[in-house]
Amino acid sequence: MKYQLEINNITKSYGDLKANDDVSLNIKPSNIHALLGENGAGKSTLVKVIYGSLMPDRGEMKWLGKPYSPKNPFDAREQGIAMVFQHFSLFESLTVEENIVLGLDGVRLDENFTEQIIEYSKQYGLDINPHQVVGDLSVGARQRVEIIRCLMQNPKLLIMDEPTSVLTPQEVSDLFITLRKLADGGCSILYISHKLEEVRQICSEATILRDGKLIENCIPQDHSQQELAEMMIGKKLIQLARSNINTGENIFSISNLSQKSDDMFGVDLKNISLSVMKGSIVGIAGVAGNGQDELMELLIGEITSPPGTLSFKGGDIGNLNSHERRQLSMFFIPEERLGHGAVPDMGLNENMLLSRPQKSQMTSYGVIDWGNVEKLTQKVISDFDVQTPSSRMLAKSLSGGNLQKFMVGRELIQNPDLLIVAQPTWGVDAGSANNIHQALIALADKGSAILIISQDLDEILSLCEQIHVLSEGSLSAAVDMNENGLETISQLMVGSKD
Amino acid sequence: MIRLIPRVENSNAMILLSPLLALTLTAITAYFIFVSILVDIQVSSVFYTLFLEPLNDSYYLSEILVKAAPLMIIALGLSIGFRAGVWNIGAEGQYVIGGIAGSAVGLYFYDVEGFWILPLMAIAGILGGMFYASIAAFLKTKYQVNEILVTLMLTYVAVLFLSAMLQGPLRNPSGFNFPESRIFHDSALLPIIWEGTRVHVGFIVAIILSIVAWFGIKRHILGMQIKITGSAPRAAKFAGFDDNKTVWYALLISGGLAGLAGVFEAAGPAGQLTPGLPQFYGFTAIIVAFLARLHPIGIIFSALLIALTYVGGENVQIDYDLPKSITQIFQGMLLFYFLACDILIKYKVVLFKTIR
Repeated sequence: MKYQLEINNITKSYGDLKANDDVSLNIKPSNIHALLGENGAGKSTLVKVIYGSLMPDRGEMKWLGKPYSPKNPFDAREQGIAMVFQHFSLFESLTVEENIVLGLDGVRLDENFTEQIIEYSKQYGLDINPHQVVGDLSVGARQRVEIIRCLMQNPKLLIMDEPTSVLTPQEVSDLFITLRKLADGGCSILYISHKLEEVRQICSEATILRDGKLIENCIPQDHSQQELAEMMIGKKLIQLARSNINTGENIFSISNLSQKSDDMFGVDLKNISLSVMKGSIVGIAGVAGNGQDELMELLIGEITSPPGTLSFKGGDIGNLNSHERRQLSMFFIPEERLGHGAVPDMGLNENMLLSRPQKSQMTSYGVIDWGNVEKLTQKVISDFDVQTPSSRMLAKSLSGGNLQKFMVGRELIQNPDLLIVAQPTWGVDAGSANNIHQALIALADKGSAILIISQDLDEILSLCEQIHVLSEGSLSAAVDMNENGLETISQLMVGSKD
Repeated sequence: MIRLIPRVENSNAMILLSPLLALTLTAITAYFIFVSILVDIQVSSVFYTLFLEPLNDSYYLSEILVKAAPLMIIALGLSIGFRAGVWNIGAEGQYVIGGIAGSAVGLYFYDVEGFWILPLMAIAGILGGMFYASIAAFLKTKYQVNEILVTLMLTYVAVLFLSAMLQGPLRNPSGFNFPESRIFHDSALLPIIWEGTRVHVGFIVAIILSIVAWFGIKRHILGMQIKITGSAPRAAKFAGFDDNKTVWYALLISGGLAGLAGVFEAAGPAGQLTPGLPQFYGFTAIIVAFLARLHPIGIIFSALLIALTYVGGENVQIDYDLPKSITQIFQGMLLFYFLACDILIKYKVVLFKTIR
């Protein structure tokens, strides 16, 4: 048998949209096969076809040499195909072993079963304690639970959807060791990702999709990261580089800021200090859920801070609300687009009004000048290449990437002296992410300060001159990137959790 | 199982037609109700009395305008609150307190003549309504007390307070102990704009207020603040809108307008303060606001429609001995069908078998 899974000419349409157009790919036994593509390229549709949750319109599949057309995911699992989803389906209040047993059929939770979990965990280097409650585990450990649950079904093919998007660098390299062991043991892996460096590191073959079509089946090591990215987005990528790093005086500082969270599941911020200089890009790295949301609320001014903790251009801004902060030329892009940075049920033009600097002339004495608002909206749409039929389109009807471009544009046309942005390219396709990164760099080159909070470490590393790590509500000092910087960041990200 | 799935696109035609559809469905249901309860009476003649006679007769027509004015004014205020997600359902209480406050001013200047008395009464009425709504605003912003409960319960307090006032300080000294105030003198009575009827200047004020509210919602940042707070509270915080202030604005505006409607009722059709001041306008205005989809101009039309059911309802009471609740049944059905139509415009119903 040459191929474990053969996929021939799969086509699947939703109305006029061909989500998969004549896609073929073959997965060899014991192989880690990458499926690459931007959002909307058709990766998920193809995976759903393989996993039995969608029926293709045309095309056929062969599994272990025999015709294969799963009726539902249950059927797919029966035949030896398992999947680890990007969003875990675990019960936080139950223990690891309870979670695992719930996902399997025909087994009972007894000592024998626990033994089995420990065996698997040793065999594949998946460090886990079966008796621990899942709610206490780090994201990486939860993923290990999901993987063990899949492995106990003895799959011949494991599908992994964006497995590293939430992991620290150390967890990523641990995961890779596990994946290699699995592949050597005869289980092939379909690895869905848009992180090209990782794909080049671990995958021996790659299939690239774009707009539902098969672009290329290739060996990732034969191509540079940039070539792969360009195949993925179908156009040239612009290299990111600061043309003018000319940092000036201190413009914004946080001093010993602490804040107890009102939310039961919130994170308390402890003694956070940081300063940002004019013309510099400062990054706050860290795994999501370590106080990023809480910090962002304080920075935007949705919650006020005690006197002396936040200062901008030499003045205390702790008790100003976001609108008052904008008057000083401080602008914000929150992580959550719908419902926070934009009102889902309002048009883009109306959404412009969320961020109103005095000089913009969108309002005078509170009366809205819709003509000017429209002009500004059109400017954002054209300058930042927002794909929309009109400025009146509801925010919720735009794709994530387009809405993000709109939100970035809305703040950038104000030429902020300080821009604070959380997850600037979260869920955004590679082409748009590239544009957003370029725009941020251009802003800093002009002498503005930028503070980026992101869990995408690659993004932080490629943009920022000064990097801090947020872990369990505490912010590290700036990391010295000259001496083992990456390792230090990795350790700081893990904090005391593991 | 039945499931509602959001439609990709809402039909504009249906959005405009749904009030008519709701009206038709109400009429059909009403037909069956009448058929089942009426004995020896033609259903068609009841229908005529209910819906058409008021439109054919100038007296009834004028009464529609009289009743539409307070409904419009109250509904405008409520619609602003509802847009912000502030559920003031005690406009009836604010209306009563406004009526008492305005009447008290009118009665205080009983033997004074002056063009300034009416505006002063109107201001007193607005302040009275605002004060009454501010109790709910204070409790909500300070202690997170639900405004629905506070405003609703304060309505009963207001009605009892009216009663106390009419038994005490505001009672007509030469009124044989009837719990009624003196009849207002001319300076304290609203000018009549349609000779020979009870249609007063309040109707024009209501129309002007609708246009002002429309402008405010469309063109003023305060309108945006209210809309954004109602539809995405976190985005409102991001924009720097203070949500407590929004609650205050919403309750002060709706309370003030309800209070104004209260004075207009006392100084207009009633001409004095009586225990009959509360006429359910404060509650009916909720229906008016929703029938108009909270749109200020739409409120003009929905208020007229609901006023028609009031007048028609009174006529069938007189002509056919039908109970008073006929009016409320109509209003309730109308709102029910309208909301149902709106849901079906936004969502489609999908039936499917459960998969085990």
